[in-house]
Amino acid sequence: MAAGFTREQVAAIAALAHLELDAAELDLFARQLGDILTAAEEVQRVDTTGVPPTASVLTRHASDRPDEVRPCLDRDEALANAPDAALDAGLFKVPRVIG
Amino acid sequence: MTIATTIREIRDAVRARHRSAADVCREALDRIAALNPQLNAFNTVIADRAIARAEALDRDRDRWRDAPLLGVPVALKDNLCTRGVRTTASSRMLDTFVPPYSATVVEKLDAAGAVIVGKTNLDEFAMGSSTENSAFGPTRNPWALDRIPGGTSGGSAAAVAADLTPLALGSDTGGSIRQPGALCGVVGLKPTYGRVSRYGLIAHASSLDQIGPLARTAHDAALALSIIAGPDPADATSAPEPVPDYTAALTGDVRNARIGIPRRLLEQGVDPEVSRAIDAALDVLRSRGATLVDVELPHAKYAIPVYYLVATAEASSNLARYDGVRYGYRAPTPKDQGLTTKDQGLRTMYGKTRAQGFGPEVKRRIMLGTYVLSAGYYDAYYLKAQQVRTLILRDYDEAFSDVDAVDAIAMPTSPTPAFPIGERVSDPLQMYLADVFTVSANLVGLPAISVPCGFTAGRLPIGLQLTGRRFDEATLLRLADAYERDTEWSKQLPPIASR
Repeated sequence: MAAGFTREQVAAIAALAHLELDAAELDLFARQLGDILTAAEEVQRVDTTGVPPTASVLTRHASDRPDEVRPCLDRDEALANAPDAALDAGLFKVPRVIG
Repeated sequence: MTIATTIREIRDAVRARHRSAADVCREALDRIAALNPQLNAFNTVIADRAIARAEALDRDRDRWRDAPLLGVPVALKDNLCTRGVRTTASSRMLDTFVPPYSATVVEKLDAAGAVIVGKTNLDEFAMGSSTENSAFGPTRNPWALDRIPGGTSGGSAAAVAADLTPLALGSDTGGSIRQPGALCGVVGLKPTYGRVSRYGLIAHASSLDQIGPLARTAHDAALALSIIAGPDPADATSAPEPVPDYTAALTGDVRNARIGIPRRLLEQGVDPEVSRAIDAALDVLRSRGATLVDVELPHAKYAIPVYYLVATAEASSNLARYDGVRYGYRAPTPKDQGLTTKDQGLRTMYGKTRAQGFGPEVKRRIMLGTYVLSAGYYDAYYLKAQQVRTLILRDYDEAFSDVDAVDAIAMPTSPTPAFPIGERVSDPLQMYLADVFTVSANLVGLPAISVPCGFTAGRLPIGLQLTGRRFDEATLLRLADAYERDTEWSKQLPPIASR
């Protein structure tokens, strides 16, 4: 099932991941993703009938905490690392998305 | 033989006023200045800040008298957030990121009287096995400068191995504390999942990540764990279990310990020099009264592919946050002329930001993780991997709870000693195999330690890995400490670091 990938398949995955890839990367990943998934095929041959998945190994969760207002980052701190922000308005700025 | 300074020695000297914290700090900074140009262990050194902090400790010595890390210089892996100090994850994406808060472990080190001297190099976003995947260039192994230090906490391991600091923190998602610990000849401990708060650790794979210490001795690792462990309201996965004084467990008595050896798993391929060193180390523990028994971990051989399916899936999700909007790098994008759709400008900015901000290994893992989570493939890859993860978990549970239960499982930390820089960078599958014996502990959430157990004929360090019961770091530390009492490996320094 983990046969090779075409350039178009790799481009479709990259689009899902919001990752712009150049032609060389498309070719490289087409080969390497195929190789890695081929190496993972042995996992697919394991009999897992009736075996539940493990997403987390936590045995015991910390107890709930009271739902109360606590100090948090102020607006200037939250905006301090933004590549583009309107500090006075307290906004992050992004390229235009509406007409 | 040169003997390096331990946490305990520094702390006691400062406490007894034989040395000032400022002098200890200046000496560490001098050594970093002398050796870091060759090692590239540090991304950032905060000399002025560290000296100011050490002087503050000296001025207020009475208040800090009982602080367990009084005046101890500490290095932090550069994926642990430090308020006001650049934190990069060795990625172009976070090249100029200055966190507005500190990780919980950093707050705890501060409260214990430690002096943080800088941030250490790693594989970008903690993805790799060699510290070659860094936007700031590879770290070099202090024992052989043409070789990798292991990864991803390679900078932290190299810093401790070269005696730049007696303690460094790392993070371990698939072996990233233990494997560089082994390849650099220092102790590396990955605590039980949930033992240490991950708040402020830049996330890689959230069901696997755990913070832990790299130090010269089991005693120092025990001391550090006692400080950083414990529940934290800011991390819902941190466990409520009480934190013992781990140094109290170091009795030297291992007479009732049962150590399991998964001989069939080790047939997967271990360098003969590594094999011999592991056998000799186990003989030392046997001569101290420990019992060696065979154990079976029939599904552990699937750990590498399971790990790379689970970890990349989680990583692709965690790294979705790097979008060039709230923090981090943003690619310059042309003004919105000639756009065909209203949001094309934003989409283009996302795509270019991530293309320019991430390095090749991070992109590869985001791609793999996105694919295994995508519609139509989720069941075949991600779900299947999680089911096999359950089988691996059951193997370990059986070994630790059977009538013939063991207290620890012994393996090499790494199947080979440190390999030359550049040898595996173009072959991701070969690189992934470096983690063949370490990823299981992350998948099942158990604690594991790597302790130095010898050298190859070419003077490359070898590490013995011991995996323990959930929340039973104490037994691992006791075994490692007992082993150190009968051996001299932990006292050796690489020639580059000789004082």
